[in-house]
Amino acid sequence: MGDRVMGDGVIGDEGGGAVRAPLLSVRDLKTYFFQDDGMVKAVDGASFDVFAGKTLGIVGESGCGKSVTARSIMRIVDRPGRIVGGRILLRSAKGTGSNEIDLAQLNADGAQMRAINGGEIGLIFQEPMTSFSPVHTVGNQIVEAIRLHRAMGKQAARDRAIELLRLVGVPRPEGRVDEYAHQLSGGLRQRAMIAMALAADPKLLIADEPTTALDVTTQSQILNLLVDLQERNGMAIVLITHDLGVIAEMADDVVVMYLGRVVEEGPVDDIFHAPKHPYTRALLRSIPSVDSPPRRKLPTISGSIPHPYNRPPGCPFHTRCPDVMPGLCNVVEPPLVPVALGQMAACFLYPEVRAATAAPEPAAGGGRTPAPLLPTAVGRR
Amino acid sequence: MGQGNGRRGNGSTAPAGDDLLLEVSGLKKFYPIRRGFLRKVVGHVRAVDDVSFDIRRGETLALVGESGCGKTTTSRCILRAISPTAGKILFKTDGGRVVDVATLPRERLRALRPQMQMIFQDPYSSLNPRMTILNIVGEPLLVNGVKNRQERIDRVEELLRLVGLRPEFMRRYPHAFSGGQRQRIGIARALALNPSLVVADEPVSALDVSVQAQILNLLLDLQERLGLTYLFVAHDLSVVKHLSDRVAVMYVGKIVELAERDQLFAAPKHPYTAALLSAVPKPDPRARSRRQPLRGEVANPAAPPSGCYFHPRCPYAIDICATDAPAFEEIVPGQWAACHRARELRLPGIALASSA
Repeated sequence: MGDRVMGDGVIGDEGGGAVRAPLLSVRDLKTYFFQDDGMVKAVDGASFDVFAGKTLGIVGESGCGKSVTARSIMRIVDRPGRIVGGRILLRSAKGTGSNEIDLAQLNADGAQMRAINGGEIGLIFQEPMTSFSPVHTVGNQIVEAIRLHRAMGKQAARDRAIELLRLVGVPRPEGRVDEYAHQLSGGLRQRAMIAMALAADPKLLIADEPTTALDVTTQSQILNLLVDLQERNGMAIVLITHDLGVIAEMADDVVVMYLGRVVEEGPVDDIFHAPKHPYTRALLRSIPSVDSPPRRKLPTISGSIPHPYNRPPGCPFHTRCPDVMPGLCNVVEPPLVPVALGQMAACFLYPEVRAATAAPEPAAGGGRTPAPLLPTAVGRR
Repeated sequence: MGQGNGRRGNGSTAPAGDDLLLEVSGLKKFYPIRRGFLRKVVGHVRAVDDVSFDIRRGETLALVGESGCGKTTTSRCILRAISPTAGKILFKTDGGRVVDVATLPRERLRALRPQMQMIFQDPYSSLNPRMTILNIVGEPLLVNGVKNRQERIDRVEELLRLVGLRPEFMRRYPHAFSGGQRQRIGIARALALNPSLVVADEPVSALDVSVQAQILNLLLDLQERLGLTYLFVAHDLSVVKHLSDRVAVMYVGKIVELAERDQLFAAPKHPYTAALLSAVPKPDPRARSRRQPLRGEVANPAAPPSGCYFHPRCPYAIDICATDAPAFEEIVPGQWAACHRARELRLPGIALASSA
């Protein structure tokens, strides 16, 4: 994995002669949920690119919109959620770049979308137990996925299912293929889930918290498997997780989300070693690491994530931000613009961001005022 | 597996002369497997299988392991939420007497309960949604004889302040609070009766990363101020490392290693501990390495492998591992492990940042 990490930084790739078009470009995606007691902007203007053979990590805490982003790409957002704006451009490998489909414009239940889901895009869920039908064998479900997307006879599809199970490291696949999901352990079930996602050789694999329900030793097996598969078939992976350790281990590029907004985006090394957004910085400081000194007070982020119904105006993080600038952060929403080579952030600490909004310059010395107490905040320490 | 004997001979897994709050020895919890029309017992799930350890007053002992290793069952036996199949759980009461929690009759257990309390994993399901915070936190007081309402209100106020919540909110219901705040409420309730032992079962694993740190800090702070003793049950090694003084690693119902925190992390003596340490993803992309993950899966506690339970997955297994169960022995002072090769193996740990 060594060269995968340092050797080919993404910036270098794009800066070089051959500019590769991203496999998937999400532009200003907005997915809102319209409910009786209000509207929740689950995803509010997410933009990012996913390249073939690379892993994009989307990281954030609960309610940040990372899962809804994934579901939007696959057009499986449940009602009352709806994509209200933005584009999701998927480029086909066939032809020369002109084959571009905007998934946001397709009929979510239409034939084309159904062909893409499971065909060009594979999906792995967090909980493999609920993703398999309990009344069909794992093999039959994989066979079904194969035959939906490939013209293949039953026996050939079954052989391919066994081959896929072997590929993902299921021992004795000839026997396991006829077992039911409940007969498999958590790790094997997740492997079978991956086998099913790979049924039609997807170009893009979306993994939504693929290892959260697993034990650490099983988690490291599954993460290694994903890396192996990517090296073998060059697929792009969108990895969604709340675990910064998994992101550091797997991602090439990282998108950090908070309350439906992308607050920072960049190559993994920069995100961890030169984070720009105060939220990213605070998040990294607050995780206990096996390498960090024990029994020392961890720096914390004050308060908790606001409820999506009363999302604060301006920057969504300003209520908890140590660097909040009153009069600016709580009024204007900072756009996501480049603040360093290959790195974007949505924070008014950076002149580039202030310039992009034509926002007033902060008053002298106004950069370090303590956060005002929120009327709704209970139990701040 | 000679665990009990080895321990007894030496007295204890903790250095002698310490003020022991809890001594667990030979603890077993088996669940019968019944089959057929007559529900005949055909075997046992050995959820906890001969576990022994001590906890000193004021320290934090972490029980670590993967799902199904018996760490939660062990903690529940200690609280007598479930009755153990065999073994001793010696607890030193506030009065200085030593009682065996494992065999204590119900009435006497009731008197003991205030001294051992629990913090639960899920702050959403562990608080009754139809009770106010005042009633939730005040309930243990009421049950234990604080009948005066004003007295209870005063105490709840004090407790809420202690855990960093504003007392004004004591008449609200749990739904008005975030996950982190609910966990604080659960902690306030656990502390209501001034317990000496607090069992915390995965207290932060259901919380968001940014809130985890707040609760961990609170637990450390409370321990300092109230002199609490923690039995901390967790699967997350980075959290364990942050909070604990000593760590016991469990695998399929048995403790495979027990040591001081720094020793265990820097120089593990059991291959399973080393595997766990290397499996934790580090939050630093520069620390990436191609790891060799463990083969296979956690053994089935209903039909464990022969010899050392870990041998089918162990990269260092030799012939004897498949036939003989290793004894749980002190390998270096203060570090106990159950491995035939513990003395010869040099297992990789984690380079420790200076804890100065």
